[in-house]
Amino acid sequence: MNLDFSGVLPSLPYILQGIGTTLKVVVLAALLGFALGIILSLCKISSIKVLNWIADFYTSIFRGTPLVLQLMLIYFGSPQVFGIQIEPFTAAFLSFGLNSAAYISEIIRAGILAVDKGQKEAAMALGVPYRKMMMDIILPQAMKNILPAIMNEMITLTKESAVVTIIGLNDIMRRAYIVGGQSYRFFEPIMLAGLIYYVLVMILTIVGKLVERRMRRSD
Amino acid sequence: MIKIDNLHKYFGRLEVLKGINTSIKEGEVVAIIGPSGSGKSTFLRCINLLEQPTEGSIWIKDQEITGKKTNISKVRTNVGMVFQHFHLFPHKTVLENLTYSPVKVKGMPKKEAEEKAMDLLRRVGLAEKAGEYPNRLSGGQKQRVAIARALAMDPEVMLFDEPTSALDPEMVKEVLEVMKSLAGTGMTMAIVTHEMGFAREVADRVLFLDGGQLVEDASPEEFFSMPKTVRAKEFLEKVL
Ligand SMILES: Nc1ncnc2c1ncn2[C@@H]1O[C@H](COP(=O)(O)OP(=O)(O)OP(=O)(O)O)[C@@H](O)[C@H]1O
Ligand SMILES: [Mg+2]
Repeated sequence: MNLDFSGVLPSLPYILQGIGTTLKVVVLAALLGFALGIILSLCKISSIKVLNWIADFYTSIFRGTPLVLQLMLIYFGSPQVFGIQIEPFTAAFLSFGLNSAAYISEIIRAGILAVDKGQKEAAMALGVPYRKMMMDIILPQAMKNILPAIMNEMITLTKESAVVTIIGLNDIMRRAYIVGGQSYRFFEPIMLAGLIYYVLVMILTIVGKLVERRMRRSD
Repeated sequence: MIKIDNLHKYFGRLEVLKGINTSIKEGEVVAIIGPSGSGKSTFLRCINLLEQPTEGSIWIKDQEITGKKTNISKVRTNVGMVFQHFHLFPHKTVLENLTYSPVKVKGMPKKEAEEKAMDLLRRVGLAEKAGEYPNRLSGGQKQRVAIARALAMDPEVMLFDEPTSALDPEMVKEVLEVMKSLAGTGMTMAIVTHEMGFAREVADRVLFLDGGQLVEDASPEEFFSMPKTVRAKEFLEKVL
């Protein structure tokens, strides 16, 4: 085996710059996924049947097809459907956000159903309207229980974001690949990219643990 | 204060309340007793519309709450409820539990709500627990907080559904004391309870439910010393 990291060292800053791109995609996708996920989960537990159907259908579509296909559909399909070519970055966070929403909505739905039924009754008995009850009483308690699952989803999102390479977005993965192509040595730059992803995931894990501990204050 | 007219409640095909007629006067304390499954909780829950009556009408003051146009949230702010299992909000401190709905539902200024909450906590003897989370309290303390939380909305009626049934025996008394002193302030109260001694001492009237029917409606002395119906006699023999 011949390994030589000295060759990729000059390209290190170039690869590291990809962190910004990756993080931007992940954060925006997470925000979109979370907001839409909450809305979808509320649709799923709603007593209005049509809303149940729409939310379930949405989830089944995004869970039932490959993520990379959704990404390509949005990126390469946009000129045909919307008449404009959207940016790779936009396509990336849109497809990841929409995809994440499907998974997050399932997580939140389960979390809401796990909150003691008495909480809803107590809020209702105090005259708290549905919206406030959900936002202030039910969701905060649901969040506490589902935080580990949400963290998992964020970690998946961070790693899976590497497929944006395919539409030419200069994230960590693609930069490593380019460096490899220029020097004909792929192993070292891609190992390096792997290390960066690993560190990002470790940081996310630690942040998740801290948030969880903070939320357990009331126990 | 409260008038209940021909109240029926079905759960699917099951008829749980079979035409109840009664009324509760202002300041009256009514104990509701009866065997398990007789419909006591359902009856109570109809009064604040946690259950929607299937048939019949309920009036609070001059308002029919069972009407189509009722503002359910308004009705509930006026009728406090205390549950067997407290149902305090675990992610909020004791003080926040008390101020949440006055501020969020009634639009009371936060400061005013906090002062009022502290007054109420003093009344139930728990002022020093204001900053604690509910999980740090004993059952009896939780239930006293739950009573204070309901009172924070300034209700005209208070409903209690077996408020001491989930408590260890040594904590029953502190909760009953709070309820007793509340009764002393002239609050209109409907209490589902298995505490016969308490019902006898504090209630102005006893409603005995069995099989979804209001079988007896009498003063505690009458009810406990000479029940009129066989069903009530049998029930009392079992519990006393
Ligand atoms: N949400 C519901 N759906 C279906 N049936 C119900 C529901 N709530 C209560 N019931 C049924 O209605 C009947 C009366 O119930 P309820 O809880 O009012 O009785 P209870 O007198 O309060 O009994 P307990 O002393 O055990 O609390 C029972 O047979 C119960 O199974
Ligand atoms: Mg009951």
